[in-house]
Amino acid sequence: MSLVSDAWDYLTTWEHWTGANGLTTATFDGGWRFAQDSIIALTLEHLWMSFAAVSLAIIVALPLGLFLGHVRRGGGTTVVVSNVTRAMPTLALLTLFAASAIGYGNTAVILAAAIFAFPPILTNAYTGMADVDSDIREAAIGQGLTPRQVALRVELPLAIPLIAAGLRTSTVQTVATVPLAALVAGGGLGVIVNTGLATQRYGQVLAGAVIIAALALTIDFVMSRVQRAVTPAPLREAAATAA
Amino acid sequence: MDAVPNPWFSWDYVERNWSEVSEQLVIHTTLTLQAILIAFLIAFPLAVVARRIPRLAGPIMGISGVLYTIPSFALFGLLAPFTGIGRTTVLIGLVAYALLVLVRNIVVGLQGVDRDVVDAARGLGYTPARMLFQVELPNALPSIVAGLRIATVSTVALVTVGVVVGYGGLGQLMFRGLQSDYRAQIMTATLLCLALALVLDLLLALAGRLATPWLRRRAS
Repeated sequence: MSLVSDAWDYLTTWEHWTGANGLTTATFDGGWRFAQDSIIALTLEHLWMSFAAVSLAIIVALPLGLFLGHVRRGGGTTVVVSNVTRAMPTLALLTLFAASAIGYGNTAVILAAAIFAFPPILTNAYTGMADVDSDIREAAIGQGLTPRQVALRVELPLAIPLIAAGLRTSTVQTVATVPLAALVAGGGLGVIVNTGLATQRYGQVLAGAVIIAALALTIDFVMSRVQRAVTPAPLREAAATAA
Repeated sequence: MDAVPNPWFSWDYVERNWSEVSEQLVIHTTLTLQAILIAFLIAFPLAVVARRIPRLAGPIMGISGVLYTIPSFALFGLLAPFTGIGRTTVLIGLVAYALLVLVRNIVVGLQGVDRDVVDAARGLGYTPARMLFQVELPNALPSIVAGLRIATVSTVALVTVGVVVGYGGLGQLMFRGLQSDYRAQIMTATLLCLALALVLDLLLALAGRLATPWLRRRAS
């Protein structure tokens, strides 16, 4: 089929990987941006945007989830937050941000992706901390541990499997969200698909989609390894059933 | 700087453009319901098979897991060259995403059925089919309804990504609002999306409650 061979040609043309003029292009204000005609540059940009979004979400959601879980308050709120963000279309947030003072481009995408990366981290950190067996907590308090020590030395290690599962979910989801950036003049691998659709080069669309899917599956695999590595061996069984 | 007024919301816009807005709302709603219905019709037999033949459980969950991991943007891109631009492509994508949630919840529901209840039914001479529909299915209903609610709410949000192939329901309005830099259009579509998700979620919750009267009696 010519479609598949077009996609194959696209993927096997070296220039499509390196770009016609290198991995970066100069912007009018003297800065630089990733070249939008290079698969390598777009992948790097994709990863950078995902990393920024997940980092932002971690900075806010992780301490908050750990704290709320430790004091065992706000469980209802975390559920509401994750339900509302499930109903909120990514595209809606993306277009609203792009139409606001934030403007078009990668910043709007990173902020929107961070908001969607937020709930899995928050919910899992909360559940992980709050679901620690009361007997274990009381035993720790009985041994004279301060609340802070209970949180950091008893609850946190036991919550690690769930926290890691939450990080995996939100990272994979972010990598899957970033392609939408192409719709608001941002970068990342979505550009390949979007340009292909706009110019009716369906081989390129197919090639771009395959690259994005491969990246998402790779990240999912890597994160599953990370999740396994940080989970203490005795807890692995429990983590598998929780995920 | 804003010479032309660009409000975040305008009733005037909604009134003037109601025919267009309601048209996309109808598309959005029917697309969601159709996708969930098809996904359920596929997911239910798959879940039953996964439950009956444990050796197939791994591959079934694995394949639906992989489908779920592929980004929607990429999936629409993968399908568009073959199924063209439009409704079919979006529908296939939506079904693929709803599948994992539904299969998982139906399997969990079936697994959660009390062994004693199943044994008692078998002792009474229930055939496998009667067992499934009269014993296991009613007992698994809460988990199935929970899965349907999650899948439906996610699908309402996901339809908007259909703009990639020019068929995104309310997402079409968001995208056009962005292109013409008119905030009220984006906001209207966003609020309608959230409202649609909320209404469908409540309807499913209500249907679930009506279908499981024994649970309410136990709670009270």
